[in-house]
Amino acid sequence: MVRFENVGLRYGLGPEVLRDLSFRIEPHSFQFLTGPSGAGKTSPMRLLFLALPPTRGLITLFGHDIATLSKDAMATLRRRIGVVFQDFRLIDHMTTYENVALPLRVVGQEEENFRDEVIELLQWVGLGERMWALPPVLSGGEKQRAAIARAVIARPQLLLADEPTGNVDPSLAQRLLRLFVELNKSGTSIVIATHDIALMDQYDARRLVLHEGRIHVYE
Amino acid sequence: MNDDIDAVTAAPQPGAMPQFVTPIVPKSTIAGRALVAIVAIMTFLASLTTGAVVLVRAAASDWQSEVAREVTIQVRPVGNRNLEADVSRAADVARRFPGVAEVRVYSKEESSHLLEPWLGTGLVLDELPVPRLAVVRIASGAAPEFDRLAKLLTEQVPSASLDDHRSFVEHMRSMGRAAFLGGLAVLALVLVATVLSVTFATRGAIATNRTVVEVLHLIGAKNTFIAEHFQRRFLGLGLQGGAIGGGCALVLFGLVEFLSRNFLGSAAGEQFGALFGSFSIGIFGYLAVALQIALIAGVTALASRRTVNRTLESFE
Repeated sequence: MVRFENVGLRYGLGPEVLRDLSFRIEPHSFQFLTGPSGAGKTSPMRLLFLALPPTRGLITLFGHDIATLSKDAMATLRRRIGVVFQDFRLIDHMTTYENVALPLRVVGQEEENFRDEVIELLQWVGLGERMWALPPVLSGGEKQRAAIARAVIARPQLLLADEPTGNVDPSLAQRLLRLFVELNKSGTSIVIATHDIALMDQYDARRLVLHEGRIHVYE
Repeated sequence: MNDDIDAVTAAPQPGAMPQFVTPIVPKSTIAGRALVAIVAIMTFLASLTTGAVVLVRAAASDWQSEVAREVTIQVRPVGNRNLEADVSRAADVARRFPGVAEVRVYSKEESSHLLEPWLGTGLVLDELPVPRLAVVRIASGAAPEFDRLAKLLTEQVPSASLDDHRSFVEHMRSMGRAAFLGGLAVLALVLVATVLSVTFATRGAIATNRTVVEVLHLIGAKNTFIAEHFQRRFLGLGLQGGAIGGGCALVLFGLVEFLSRNFLGSAAGEQFGALFGSFSIGIFGYLAVALQIALIAGVTALASRRTVNRTLESFE
């Protein structure tokens, strides 16, 4: 599904922050991307959701070399990936319902066909009463759940979550992890970037440990 | 539901189904009022130019057809020839010529009236070698051969010459063409200024909505999807500005037409009427202004789309 080969990344003329990353993400797999705080876990995540091109090396996504893709083809590939951003990236002038429904709107689905599904998911993540609320009035945990709901609503083949439980209490963190596990069982590959060891201990999964710009894989 | 970013919460709708109604590009993030004002001013100026061009072309065409229906015979006093006899012979030649409806010889008094503005009153023409004129009116629908008439005149009255006003008509034509080209140039400048204003406004809107654009990108929106939303918003602003500017121009033309009709009896009104006819831009003029509103709104939408596409290309 995803293949990194000798991938390197530097920002501008700065030093290389990622060096010789080589790993694969298989279909239906579950992995944590971890490392100490400040290790740069967000950088490989940005490469994975095509927000950045690598400085060197090869990345293939769903069988496509991303260096050869057109902008439109990249947009089509991104539709197969769900992303939970560390800073949520909810659109402030749109309601929680609209934020979650946005990926379906972008692919041109009619509202009649997705409304029930969006409402059901919002209720499942505990935001049934907050559908009309705008993000600025949501708490950190509510924003987190809305961001997760938006990432999974289109049933992506690959889900990337950057510190998805960073702003929620342990019981909700457990519930969200269960959501990811359920999604994984239904066929979605999951990559969770986290430094929360307690969270990783709750589920036995492959770990990609980022240390000094290199990745060490622990199966 | 409120699309204003300042609103902190949408109206609660207990029991109602949620709906996706908020525009992706919020109104408040575009310098809408300023842009509407710019587009309105540009449309107003373009409409005034179009109206002026229509008016000048119509007036020039009226003058041309008026002038083209007449030619002038000029008889110069030469040596010891009898000027009066020469004038009446030249008039006879013209009267007998096919296609001529009427020949009117200007008397000495009328000739002195014509020269009054330059030489003053109390002029005694006998003391000056002033040529005499005869105005030849062409019959309706006829196209006399002026070259043959001129030849005939010089054969029978050597001191007579024919002026068919060709150079004046040509001058009128050139003026009409110049007015039209000038109007086109002003319209082009207005369009360029509109495109530049919209480009800056769109860039500003994209910068303000950068987070929205990034999120849309990352959830798989194609550039065309994002550009369409900006284009829709700017088309609305363009139509609004165009309608205000064009509407004001139409009202102004209507008002001037009304006033010129009401003041037709006055001296100023008569002079105005002589110059510009009825001072009406006619159906064609009003239609041209309406088309201009649509053109400027369309240009606004396309300029924003182009700017969004170009900005998005450099985004990643």
